[in-house]
Amino acid sequence: MTPSVRLQEMIRVIRSARTQGEERGIIQRECADIRSQFRQGDNGERSHSLAKLLYVHMLGYPAHFGQMECVRLIASPRYSEKRIGYLGAMMLLDEKQDASLLITNSIKNDLSHSSQYVQSLALCTLACMGSAEMCRDLAPEIERLLRASHSYIKKKATLCAVHIIRKVPELAELFTPSARTLLSEKNHGVLHGAVVLITELCERNPDTLVQFRKAVPELVQIMKGLVTSSYSPEHNVAGISDPFLQVRILRLLRILGHNNDTASDAMNDLLAQVATNTDSSKTAGSAVLYETVLTIMDINSESGLRVLAVNILGRFLLNNDRNIRYISMTSLQKIVQTDHNAVQRHRGTIVDCLKDQDTSVKRRALELSLALVSAVNIRSMMKELLIFLSVCPPELRSQTASGIFNAAERYSPSKRWHIDTILHVLTTAGGDVRDETVPNLIQLITTASELHCYTVHKLYRALIKDIAQQSLVQVACWCIGEYGDLLLKGECEEIEPVQVTEDDILDALETVLQSHMSSPATRGFALTATMKLSTRITDNVDRIRSIVSIYGSCIDLELQQRAVEYNALFKKYDHMRYRSAVLERMPVMDKNSPGHTNGDTSGEIKEPDTSKPKPVEAGLLSEPASQVIITGYSEMQKHCCVYVHVVPTVSVYEKNGLSLKIQCDKQTETEVTVTLIASNSTQNDITNFTLQAAVPKSVQLQMKAPSGNVIPAHGLGQVTQTVLLNNPNKASLPCFRFVQLSFLLN
Amino acid sequence: VLSLTVQPRCKIIRFILIQNRAGKTRLAKWYMQFDDDEKQKLIEEVHAVVTVRDAKHTNFVEFRNFKIIYRRYAGLYFCICVDVTDNNLAYLEAIHNFVEVLNEYFHNVCELDLVFNFYKVYTVVDEMFLAGEIRETSQTKVLKQLLMLQSLE
Repeated sequence: MTPSVRLQEMIRVIRSARTQGEERGIIQRECADIRSQFRQGDNGERSHSLAKLLYVHMLGYPAHFGQMECVRLIASPRYSEKRIGYLGAMMLLDEKQDASLLITNSIKNDLSHSSQYVQSLALCTLACMGSAEMCRDLAPEIERLLRASHSYIKKKATLCAVHIIRKVPELAELFTPSARTLLSEKNHGVLHGAVVLITELCERNPDTLVQFRKAVPELVQIMKGLVTSSYSPEHNVAGISDPFLQVRILRLLRILGHNNDTASDAMNDLLAQVATNTDSSKTAGSAVLYETVLTIMDINSESGLRVLAVNILGRFLLNNDRNIRYISMTSLQKIVQTDHNAVQRHRGTIVDCLKDQDTSVKRRALELSLALVSAVNIRSMMKELLIFLSVCPPELRSQTASGIFNAAERYSPSKRWHIDTILHVLTTAGGDVRDETVPNLIQLITTASELHCYTVHKLYRALIKDIAQQSLVQVACWCIGEYGDLLLKGECEEIEPVQVTEDDILDALETVLQSHMSSPATRGFALTATMKLSTRITDNVDRIRSIVSIYGSCIDLELQQRAVEYNALFKKYDHMRYRSAVLERMPVMDKNSPGHTNGDTSGEIKEPDTSKPKPVEAGLLSEPASQVIITGYSEMQKHCCVYVHVVPTVSVYEKNGLSLKIQCDKQTETEVTVTLIASNSTQNDITNFTLQAAVPKSVQLQMKAPSGNVIPAHGLGQVTQTVLLNNPNKASLPCFRFVQLSFLLN
Repeated sequence: VLSLTVQPRCKIIRFILIQNRAGKTRLAKWYMQFDDDEKQKLIEEVHAVVTVRDAKHTNFVEFRNFKIIYRRYAGLYFCICVDVTDNNLAYLEAIHNFVEVLNEYFHNVCELDLVFNFYKVYTVVDEMFLAGEIRETSQTKVLKQLLMLQSLE
């Protein structure tokens, strides 16, 4: 169809429109014109009108009113009209439209048309937009064309069959016999289509796959022919004989050889031949080599062949073409677990790719590098990874950071190295690390007890330099609060000593408290650290007192509550040595201790809210004072970093000469053993002394027999009773025990 | 979220697009079923993804749950959307093959050729690709056919 001047003219006019509005106006006029043309019936102009409509459609305007015209034109005897009709059908009709069914009959007729070009149009359209119904209808026709016709038609028929099978999988059996015979075709186009068809059949039906395994020798022959034939001008691309066909055959071989020794053996030699003889200087050759590598890795190949494949990938890594480096790394990633040593050999090149300019290449290099970290190369790899972290694009930072943490966790040569590494990451990319990093780091620090001094010095220095990185600041505050005394001592083995005064430390913490950069959680850390220092420093306790009381009226509810309770520690419980007990040095944390896995991210051990404790009846000596202690105790537990049951001995009751202490004997994940010690400093013995206790529902209580029920006078003896608390659900730590005393004082 | 998988890991070309830098579509061939608004969305997304890349990027972009192989020729982007596990390099070669045929057929093709002869471009595509697969790769054969078809019109 020589495009009518009017079509070209229309295109020109549309393109000359200066605004969207102007274009719309032109389009509307043209569409009106087209519509009236369609109504006029056969006048030789219909195909031109439809062509115009299709152009309009390509610009994005609605063109549904042309659908019926497509149907009519397809039925026309004239080739030019059929041609446009079919094109229109492919562009405007899809399987959802009802009109598409109407062309089924035309397609059927055209499939048997005398002109192969008409047949081809019909095949093409069916393969493009044929619905399941249409496919079912026309499948026998296609099958016939597979066997009987000219290669031009066979090519299209094979791919049309592929489409049919995708739409109606049950029809696969219909095409299986013909597919087999097509392998003996010489025509590359038909062969290509046949291989695609067979691949599709095998992927869908395991039985068919078994059948086609017998064709492996034939396929190997065809490949050999392609690889060795030096000159095939028609399908030659950059010196490679029909690389597309080679790639498809290799893929089919992969499917056939997978998990099957016989088939794999049959193709071993061929794969070696292709791998060694294919010229990879151009993309075409590389494409074939790449497919070869994929096949080698996926079948049961002998180890020599696998090494060959990995080496090809290694060569790819050195290729100038970035595309090739990229796909090489994609493949290496898939095999890094199974062929770890082979991939390790190329570690240097992979690490170099971290510096590539394309982010997707960088990402591949990062994933591979992380997979290649081992105990042997951890130091050098970490150097590279840390450098990468400081220059990598923002979207890769958190992945890099967590990869570094994992690697450090598994392969750290020493605790100090581990801590240093984490600190380095926090300084560089503190904003991109996951929330658990803070408690994890704290836990790590507590376990490295010989490094406490070093760590707190390092963190203090980092803190005074910069308080923007929240995670770093949080860890630093916690450390200073916990090990502030070591900081003040000034000397430290592994680090240059620096004089730090109490005021210096408090200044630093106050800066954090007051800075607008600090998040609420961070300020919580700082406040608690300040409080803890009250038992570790000697001169400036008053300053701490005043800081704490200021925050008692802070607008942030969390801070306010903490401050109020810390105030209470100062005011009410100073004399009971509670403060020092509560703020004592924390023990080494178990990685899986309940408090540790608590969802809270602050790193402190937080108790959940306790319900109001039951009022304690203490028998004859019922004391409001004792109630207050206990209640206050639970309140503080809510917010202080305290393991109640870890504090070695706590006095819970002292009145009129009778004193009761709780001593913690043992503590594991789920169990706590304490001993209640009662002593008597009065003149008289206390007799009939019994203790009872109640605990929250989630905790089981087991009280062993007391050592006696008479407490001698004058502090001459004690009554002890062991109590076991079992917390099987690892629920919140048993936060409180309600104790009931009853005794007789003679 | 548009799901563009016929089956899990179905190795089929989902679509072929030719777009210019401004986002105008010069060819859109779909090998899978999409609604009109889905098609529009895809066209816009591909354009957005591909035009921000330059020479220092690879010719492959991961896109939704598959990938786009593309190459820029003058002001036009030729994009093929394939499965994640497909052979990138082979499709890159296929694009180049296609462009060389266009070049021959239109005698040093330029964008305007594709605009004013859009229906012919579809013919070329249909000769070289079918049912979401590469069909004919011999440039000589394709050109011979195209000339035959032209004589019929």
